[in-house]
Amino acid sequence: MIGLAAAGLLLFVLPLAGLIARAPWGQVGPELVASETASALGLSVLCSLTATAVALVLGIPLALVLSRTTGTARGVMRALTTLPMVLPPVVGGVALWLAFGRRGLIGAPLYQLLGIQIPFTTAAVVIAETFVAMPFLVIAVEGGLRAMDHRYEEAARALGASGWRVFARVTLPLLRPAIFSGAVLCWARALGEFGATITFAGNLPGRTQTVPLAVYVALETRPDGAIVLSLILLAVSLAILIGMRDRWLGSL
Amino acid sequence: MIRALILIALVALPACGSSANECSPQVSCYVKPKVTVFAAASLQPAFDKIAERLHFSATFNYAGTQTLTSQLTQGAQADVFASADTAHMTTLQHAGLIQDAPQVFAHNRLEIAVANGNPKAIHSLADLARGGLVVVLADPSVPAGQYTQQALAKAGVTVKPASLELQVTAVLNKVAVGEADAGIVYVSNVVTSGKVDGVAIPDSQNVIAAYPIATLKDAQNKGAATDFIGFVLSPDGQSILKAAGFESA
Amino acid sequence: MSLRAAIKTSRSGFALDVELAAGAGETVAVLGPNGAGKTTLLRALAGLIPLEGHVELDGQVLDDSATARHVPTEHRRVGLVFQDHVLFPHMTVLDNVAFGLRAQHKRDASKVATEWLARAGLAERAGAMPRELSGGQAQRVALLRTLATEPRLLLLDEPLSSLDVSVRAEVRRELSRQLSGFQGVRILVTHDPLEAMALADRLVVVEAGRIVQGGSPAEVTAKPRSRFVADLAGVNLLRGRGRGDHIELEGGAIVAAPEAGEGYVFAVIHPRAVALYLARPEGTPRNVWRGRAEDLDLQGERVRVRLSGAVPLVAEVTPSAVRDLHLAAGAEVWVAVKATEISVYRA
Repeated sequence: MIGLAAAGLLLFVLPLAGLIARAPWGQVGPELVASETASALGLSVLCSLTATAVALVLGIPLALVLSRTTGTARGVMRALTTLPMVLPPVVGGVALWLAFGRRGLIGAPLYQLLGIQIPFTTAAVVIAETFVAMPFLVIAVEGGLRAMDHRYEEAARALGASGWRVFARVTLPLLRPAIFSGAVLCWARALGEFGATITFAGNLPGRTQTVPLAVYVALETRPDGAIVLSLILLAVSLAILIGMRDRWLGSL
Repeated sequence: MIRALILIALVALPACGSSANECSPQVSCYVKPKVTVFAAASLQPAFDKIAERLHFSATFNYAGTQTLTSQLTQGAQADVFASADTAHMTTLQHAGLIQDAPQVFAHNRLEIAVANGNPKAIHSLADLARGGLVVVLADPSVPAGQYTQQALAKAGVTVKPASLELQVTAVLNKVAVGEADAGIVYVSNVVTSGKVDGVAIPDSQNVIAAYPIATLKDAQNKGAATDFIGFVLSPDGQSILKAAGFESA
Repeated sequence: MSLRAAIKTSRSGFALDVELAAGAGETVAVLGPNGAGKTTLLRALAGLIPLEGHVELDGQVLDDSATARHVPTEHRRVGLVFQDHVLFPHMTVLDNVAFGLRAQHKRDASKVATEWLARAGLAERAGAMPRELSGGQAQRVALLRTLATEPRLLLLDEPLSSLDVSVRAEVRRELSRQLSGFQGVRILVTHDPLEAMALADRLVVVEAGRIVQGGSPAEVTAKPRSRFVADLAGVNLLRGRGRGDHIELEGGAIVAAPEAGEGYVFAVIHPRAVALYLARPEGTPRNVWRGRAEDLDLQGERVRVRLSGAVPLVAEVTPSAVRDLHLAAGAEVWVAVKATEISVYRA
């Protein structure tokens, strides 16, 4: 058992060790101050955090509805929400086109009536990341809701609290651990998103080129730069994870 | 647990041993010759047709030339490499991975891909600089992107692209689905797509891409590799390439 | 203030069908074994589950399936006290008590909550988190949290059963004191007869989703109508057919009783009225059966002997009698009950 656990850990550690071992440390400084790196990094952080925020706003109510649905409707809704998890991200990108593109279901009227085109914009990156990452949040929150003791909500209602007050003062605080872990998973998935983003949002430095895309481009032309970029993304992810942990779980 | 692992090992080991088809004068083997070809994505329509005409089976790995180059330098196993530019072929030559001198088997030139019927009335590279147009180009890290930069420089045009795609086929796609108004692609892309119209770029501004092909040094089926290259260069192979929008070598 | 309710509800093979009425200031204990539907009844009264029937509090219709009227829980002004306190774990004691006041947009919610805590002697625990409280304190806070909202109907679901025996008496006293100052209707659900007797003015016995008996504690225990009530009253309950001067039990055994009457009847025999002999007794007792001691249980100064035979009974004898009779599990004895010690009433 311990041997298998060690093998599992090794699977995570070895590629990381490879990155660190092969890192051209002399290039970290110049790469860090390069304007392309800064813009890709800034865009990655901005888009992944925005996507997580959107996922929180839309995903928590979705998880609530899901946890209170039963029977076939629940099965269907559940399958729909988890679909992006099993869908190859590139397929997700194509699907987003067909919905939000200039000729898409929603995109066509948006473009024709308002002149708004979503693909190739930073908003498209956020949409793609939300699409791919939100299921992680929904699943985590729904799990938390199902495991929750609903008598707290009943007690609150009996004390005269309206539905909204019960949700804000009782349900949400009790769900905090589930929301936190869901948000972290969601954010991590959004940060690493590549396939749906490149398909739906394209690749333009400063507007839609997030770090994973920049790494991919760099990999072809200057592999050392790609490794440095990867390490920077890794470091930023760790810093944000640790920072959020203290803020969110500090009192638990 | 341990018993299960041993069992798996016992079942798996003989299978491993027998899977190596080692042909030698003592051991005759009737395996049909096979060739593994790493080919630039733009070659897919033509090479798929060529595969139908071969008397042996061919496996293709189509991707951007730069991706294939990375894969090969990382040790990917292949018999033939067909590149969309000479630069990447040269990279592999310098890395000592190429057997003989590469041969150019086709040329391709750039064209502006627009929606069927050209609703935005785009007639030249200069038109791409117009405001309000969504133009998608190939990223300079891929050959088509390099050529595009050269062509735009020759024409003295500055384009603000909406996206720099990592594959020339992605540029084509974005025009085909109507997300982009125009994109710069290969003539062969336009010919085989059918979903877009092509706007020719005059020779003075155009860039002619040369497609070199070569056998790799550690090819496992060198005979088949030679046969494959031979067919590509033959009149039959050339006419297939021509039908797919390429210009002959 | 008064409550009138006729409730039918069924969920996963279990059906509840109960009619209940209670007046202001009255504590009604709903008593019954686990799974009898007591908690379901409370939840229905609180408006937490859909029901068929009618619930009316102070003349206001809270539920009426005929007119599809349903007042949601938060507008009912019912207080619900759970078995285990269910205090909000992320709020201080003070915020827990003030929660309902704030929900009702009362002014000075914190001040009022502080006063409630002070009156209960819990002022110094105001800043504590629920997990820092003892079980007894937590349940007292839970009660205060509910009372602070001044409900019209107080629903208590086994409020003492999760507490240690050592603190139960203390919390029961406090509960009793708080209830006496409460003006509304109180419904107490419990499976503990002691709790019911100590706190209730009236008992309603529920078994398998139906009311089997109701009345004052004395009335209910004097004339049990179910094995559950007989057990908690500590008496033997027999059911059979009255035949004038005797009762015919279902197994065919005959029990002589002077006023057996006709039709189905219950017969109650106090364990102390059951006499045991080594040899068949001569003389007056008309009811003499063979019996076998199944087990013996020392309870205080008395020994309860469970007997099997044609008429299964529990006898209560002195320890010296056990010695004299050489009583042990498996011993064969003669069992005698005077006909006059048997009280009979219609089933």
